[in-house]
Amino acid sequence: MSRWSEGTQERARQIIARYPEKRSAVMPLLYLAMSEEGYLTGDGMEEVGRWCEITPAQVLSVASFYTMYKRERTGQYLVSCCTSITCMLLGGDDVLHAVEDESGVPHGETDDDGLLSVEHVECIGACGGAPAVQVNYELIEGVSPEKARQLIRWLESARPEVVNSDEMQALFGARRSFDWAISEVNGATGPYPAFQPLGTVGSEVAD
Amino acid sequence: MVDHPSDSHTIARYESTGGYAQGRRALGLTRDELVEEIKTSGLLGRGGAAFPAGLKWSLLAPARPAYLVVNADESEPGTFKDRQLLERDPHQMIEGIIITSIANEVHTAFVYIRGEYPKSARRVQAALDEAYAKGYLGSGIFGSDYDLEAIVHLGGGAYICGEETALINSLEGKRGEPRLKPPYFPAAKGLYMMPTIVNNVETLSNLPHILAMGAGEFAGLTGSADTGTFMMSLSGHVSRPGNYELAHGITWRELIYDIGGGIPDAKKLKAWIPGGASAPWFVPEEHLDLEITKDATAAAGSMLGSGAVIVMDEDTCMVRAAERVIRFFAHESCGQCTPCREGTTWLEMILRRIEEGQGRAVDLDLLVDVSDGISIGLAWPPKMTTICPLGPSAVSPIIALRDYFRDEVDSHVSNGGCPFAVKSGGAIPQTPRSLDGQNSSVEGRSSDPIASDLNRAAGEQE
Repeated sequence: MSRWSEGTQERARQIIARYPEKRSAVMPLLYLAMSEEGYLTGDGMEEVGRWCEITPAQVLSVASFYTMYKRERTGQYLVSCCTSITCMLLGGDDVLHAVEDESGVPHGETDDDGLLSVEHVECIGACGGAPAVQVNYELIEGVSPEKARQLIRWLESARPEVVNSDEMQALFGARRSFDWAISEVNGATGPYPAFQPLGTVGSEVAD
Repeated sequence: MVDHPSDSHTIARYESTGGYAQGRRALGLTRDELVEEIKTSGLLGRGGAAFPAGLKWSLLAPARPAYLVVNADESEPGTFKDRQLLERDPHQMIEGIIITSIANEVHTAFVYIRGEYPKSARRVQAALDEAYAKGYLGSGIFGSDYDLEAIVHLGGGAYICGEETALINSLEGKRGEPRLKPPYFPAAKGLYMMPTIVNNVETLSNLPHILAMGAGEFAGLTGSADTGTFMMSLSGHVSRPGNYELAHGITWRELIYDIGGGIPDAKKLKAWIPGGASAPWFVPEEHLDLEITKDATAAAGSMLGSGAVIVMDEDTCMVRAAERVIRFFAHESCGQCTPCREGTTWLEMILRRIEEGQGRAVDLDLLVDVSDGISIGLAWPPKMTTICPLGPSAVSPIIALRDYFRDEVDSHVSNGGCPFAVKSGGAIPQTPRSLDGQNSSVEGRSSDPIASDLNRAAGEQE
């Protein structure tokens, strides 16, 4: 008996069918498990193991290797501040300190309400628009400490169901690495990347 | 500068500029013809290692099925060129996938995109959907009997997966740990132990243009030994950061001052990293008028790597900058090889204590000594002590501190802290510990016992 919804199970079947070997589906299925429960639980990893026909220990060995598989309770909004070299040169440490101060959440932790998690991360490929911040992996470039505080207050008050790069960039960002040019309505609904294979991508922002 | 049309990501725009003509044409060419054309073009891989692309193809073992894996796991600090190629010109890369697949008799291609690039993944998936709908991918591409499937695979947040054998392990559903070469050369024993081509996004994006203009013309685009154009990601203390497509052979002075607009607020240039965080640093006194070519950069003891140029002005604390680069490698070390796993962690801790005012007079020598254990003699190119180059690359900032910024390290020690502290952004954030349940980070180990270990080690040095 799967603990996943029928829709999720169908998606799991389709993902596995794309790979020559079932084990290759472990990474996309780990994201699927996170989207079911908000983060990666022991039960979720066991479920992935059943689908991929590997042991729970083998699933854990993969899940624990990568930073994006969150095995602790994670907030609805995961705020990731880049403090790698270029962002640091341009004030990324100050942005991180502003986020921690405004939210009251030290990096590596989640607030009691399960609303916000704060982390600081290595380079997220936005160096031309440094310093950069991601919310649920949706990118904002050219963030100042003051704008970072506004971002936290906005997440706490507006509580958007879907977060989207374009919307947050317009509100809280400035210089970008390059002209994004194309408006993009898809965004993330939880602390995992808004991408599912099979041509179905993200969730659309409601007007 | 040419305006980039706002619909450059669509198949309609791509085809209106001649797109997919070369993918179609490749079906009528033999493997030998295609390999020869790419060899003649002189195209070097653009992922960081600069391996000749045509040679890589020619080494592919004859067993089948063979696979193509597109390395879109761009994670080298300072690098954001592939993100632009993925988001603004995905069809150019897809046509490169088609050409590469035909040349190497591949029928399944994976596009491995780093997990932190969901927008890139969405754009590429949308572009693949368009190509499938047109019959350029799927069964019988371009009306032929050639089948080609392309699948987007999202990474999980691990720099090491940009190393090709780690990437293959990751794609097989395993930890992203590099494999030993030999025997695990991807061209012979790659994905599922079958022959596999791993090519970077920018490398593939060049292919349609090489076929369209001809290898000879592509090779002649520059006056230097390095052919064609290349993407550079310029960032840090520079007035016009961004991605620039340039011809090889200009100088660093031209790149930083003419193209990048120089250093903001008329400050002086202190140092720059010429090819991503792995590359040894350059300083204006010695390197500003060097040509930007593979050979000239190597002769000066560094590399063009991933094309990321990170510029630092005169007010930059070199200890903090070194700490930040080495923290990256300590965080991203996969942990298989002791010199890398332990060495990078200790380098980070020693640098942090210098920055925080607990440095000792022997610390620079200690840093060099620890570095020597990871990269013997701190030579360039590094002498390998490990399975992959991650660890040996991590010592690059230490070379800079030793050769150019010894006084600055000493002043941290004698002043009891960072002389730039006011501008440096306050307390150093501890090593990222990202809710992934891992307690083995430096943070977890940086309590008193380690500090006393460090003191003991320093004492032994004295």
